[in-house]
Amino acid sequence: MSLLQLTGVRTNYGPIEALRGVDVHVNQGEIVTLIGANGAGKSTLLMTICGQPKPASGSIIFDGQIINDLPPHETAKLGIAQVPEGRRIFPRMTVFENLQLGATLGNPAHFDEDAAYCLDLFPILAKRRDQRAGTLSGGEQQMLAISRALMSRPRLLLLDEPSLGLAPLIIRRIFDVIADLNKTRGMTILLVEQNAYHALKLAHRAYVLAQGQVVLEGGGAELLANPEVRAAYLEGGSH
Amino acid sequence: MATPIQNHLKASIIAGLVAMVLAVPFIGLYTVSTDQGLVVQTRWPWVLWSGLIVLGGSLAIALVRDVLAARRAAKPKLAAGTKPKRDDALTAKLSKGFAIGITLFAITLPFMPFSDRYIMDVGTTVLIYVLLGMGLNVTVGLAGLLDLGFVAFYAIGAYSFAILSTTLGWGFWVCLPLSGLIAALFGALLSMPILRLRGDYLAIVTLGFGEITRIVILNWQSFTGGPAGISGIPRPSLFGLSFDRRPPDGLTSFHEVTGISFATEHRLMFLYMIALTLVLAAAWVIKRLRALPIGRAWEALREDEIACRSLGINPVASKVSAYAVGGMLGGFAGCFFAARQGFVSPESFTFMESALILAIVVLGGLGSQIGVVIAALFIVLLPEVGREFADFRMIVFGIAMIAIMVWRPGGLLSQRVPTIRLSSQKGDAA
Repeated sequence: MSLLQLTGVRTNYGPIEALRGVDVHVNQGEIVTLIGANGAGKSTLLMTICGQPKPASGSIIFDGQIINDLPPHETAKLGIAQVPEGRRIFPRMTVFENLQLGATLGNPAHFDEDAAYCLDLFPILAKRRDQRAGTLSGGEQQMLAISRALMSRPRLLLLDEPSLGLAPLIIRRIFDVIADLNKTRGMTILLVEQNAYHALKLAHRAYVLAQGQVVLEGGGAELLANPEVRAAYLEGGSH
Repeated sequence: MATPIQNHLKASIIAGLVAMVLAVPFIGLYTVSTDQGLVVQTRWPWVLWSGLIVLGGSLAIALVRDVLAARRAAKPKLAAGTKPKRDDALTAKLSKGFAIGITLFAITLPFMPFSDRYIMDVGTTVLIYVLLGMGLNVTVGLAGLLDLGFVAFYAIGAYSFAILSTTLGWGFWVCLPLSGLIAALFGALLSMPILRLRGDYLAIVTLGFGEITRIVILNWQSFTGGPAGISGIPRPSLFGLSFDRRPPDGLTSFHEVTGISFATEHRLMFLYMIALTLVLAAAWVIKRLRALPIGRAWEALREDEIACRSLGINPVASKVSAYAVGGMLGGFAGCFFAARQGFVSPESFTFMESALILAIVVLGGLGSQIGVVIAALFIVLLPEVGREFADFRMIVFGIAMIAIMVWRPGGLLSQRVPTIRLSSQKGDAA
């Protein structure tokens, strides 16, 4: 039984169909990635899982429970943490306060341990601990956004384009940490990425989304070798 | 190539010409009443003079700016790579020192030899505005939800006490919590329809709420007394002791029990002390709330609503509680206001009041409690000091506001003090 199972999910923005019957599942302990062009519906899929917008039809089952109609703060309580696109840290608050807010749903008894873990994961954040989060660089903000999501000890981590606007070296660092989280903590991760190469290298399984539908699926390495995927998402050519 | 001086001169001449055009109706024409009635007369030289004054002033400001900019440029730059040292810690220390200082001053003020009825009266007014500012600061400053109709809660608090006391005969101390509660209920009620609004739309709806409240009070004659208001509101008592010369039935008076000879100043001092207690209590409660999950949720909501949701914070609960707590403080202020005046009427609760309270919060620096205190002092005292300028005092007031916004665009205290400051981490800070 998968941890997260989406069956025939359709999501509309008014008259526009953003998702047209998507079947995706994520097993416990897996890294699954969704790749696709702009407007393919990747972010919509993540947001639908969180509960805003709600799916028009289909079912989203998390750990055996249908979560179609739960609002975001309720899905978060079940253990689904999202690192939203564009980081969305709290800029006027300090790094440490951001972590505190991340622990809103966490067990207070775990707070010190979890904070220490996050600051250890990204040592730069320890240096910046009392600094306003808005003064951090883009990469540091992304690290903070991931740390903040980890503070609630989620069972499923949703990452929306963590590489957005970051330098290659920083992207590598972030992806290393994602791989590490999965390996050492057994964290289940659903990753949405434009950066198909890094994402596919990292993922156990992957889905390619186009125009609101899954057009391809398979193992990460398998898709990385797939000529269609290479042509469309890796070599940037228009065949 | 125009030199900077030429540019300044050009801009100043334009400013002078514009001033002259404006001066024609405002200064050039004036009316004199003669035997034949009102006659319009002219004073063209004045128009010329006002143009020249603006030209000279504009040029002077531009030149002073250049000098200041040159001096700043001459200062040694920080070496590349080193970050400018932020003076957060210093600001926090200064704010704390100021908070303690102003509190001690406020407590001892009534007992100072120089304090008289006038000072007590103005002091009480300042405290009412501080309380109102703190209330609005919860909604606008902490939760980031604009409210242009905050005066509604002030009015609801005042009328709650007025109506409860005149119809049921309940005293100030019973009605104070009730007024706060009623205002909080209205705050929660207001927050319902505006949960999904933000920005301009939020501004319009809250503005409407303020006006609707005032108009309902104005027209519901049988309940609120309409434009005539409600009079005969009882004054607060101290553990059943009245501060009137002839206490109402059932009460003994303060001067009889204590043996201190009767003086009306005592009542003013007492009112001042009540207001001060309310303000200190509110300040303490808000300080505590900020460190609790509910307060942190408010601030997080101001920063980023989407991120809040993804972290499991319920935005609905946060918004409702922010409006309710803000409204409650407004209600307390209103109840006290009614008790102090002994009379309430709709005229006290116009949009001007809302604007003034919002000005206090914005000038003080959104979210800063000490900022609210300084701004309230400023906003209440400046017109008082300006009384000597008579007709010009609103101009002085306006100029002072502009000056603050030019020099401190984020408000007087724009830096947000973290809710937790860990014992300094020397190793990390290096």
